[in-house]
Amino acid sequence: MTKLTRIKLRWAHWVVALAALAAPAWALTPADILASYAQAAGQAPQAPRGQQFFDATHGKEWRCSTCHTKQPTAEGTHASTRKAITPLAPSANPKRFTDSAKTEKWFRRNCNDVLGRECTAAEKADVLAWLIGLKP
Amino acid sequence: MKTHGSWWALIGALIGTFGGMAHADDAVHAPVFALYTQECGSCHMTYPAGLLPAASWQQIMRGLKTHYGLDASLDETSQLTLNTWLTAQAGSGKYAREAPKDQRITLSAWFLRKHRVGEVPAAVWRRKSVGSPANCVACHADAERGDFNENKVRIPP
Repeated sequence: MTKLTRIKLRWAHWVVALAALAAPAWALTPADILASYAQAAGQAPQAPRGQQFFDATHGKEWRCSTCHTKQPTAEGTHASTRKAITPLAPSANPKRFTDSAKTEKWFRRNCNDVLGRECTAAEKADVLAWLIGLKP
Repeated sequence: MKTHGSWWALIGALIGTFGGMAHADDAVHAPVFALYTQECGSCHMTYPAGLLPAASWQQIMRGLKTHYGLDASLDETSQLTLNTWLTAQAGSGKYAREAPKDQRITLSAWFLRKHRVGEVPAAVWRRKSVGSPANCVACHADAERGDFNENKVRIPP
């Protein structure tokens, strides 16, 4: 290769390296997160089942929809504090389900509140499949 | 997932906080800290750190799994960072005189005196726009900044 080509290649490597550093290592899409739950569950997610799960009581007082509403493209409201909650559906709120640690943290807390236990991977996958499918 | 970012946020917050220590009447120490806003301000308003004594904040941080009936648990690093920060930023003077029951700001002697029935009729707390005494921002629009100036109070209908 010519000297000019070698110089161009060196610059290209730097540009690519810097671009890779600039992109957050943890930036995922909701589809990525759904895929990992589906794999852990060992079954295909079912959005209709997710909707049912979201709107049902599970042995305690609250449902997911109690705070997030039945159609989570809308803004929700915390049932105790009245604080506004930004929409849960990715179509209405593009930041949702792009950080796996944050997703896991909120599933842990809120499943404990609604079900009194952790949600299974299948339950998370169903709910997420439904949420992803919601149009604005 | 380890988040070393929490440590840097703590250092930055401590440096930033000392710039905002001006005090006036009815001004409560309300330092801003990104991790606090993020973790403790997602379900309710961010309560100024100066409203409770250190011992109360520590008690709250120990019981996050059953935080006033709900699960507010955190990863260990964040919990330690916030506990350290709240302890450092906790209230003094009248805000530190007692550790209120259930660590509730609204059960502190100074709160009960300021919001006694002669000042705030009992029915006000039941209004949909207010909800409960814990919802400071309903009447004190700048509560998260520690501004509880009586002249600015607006009780919503």
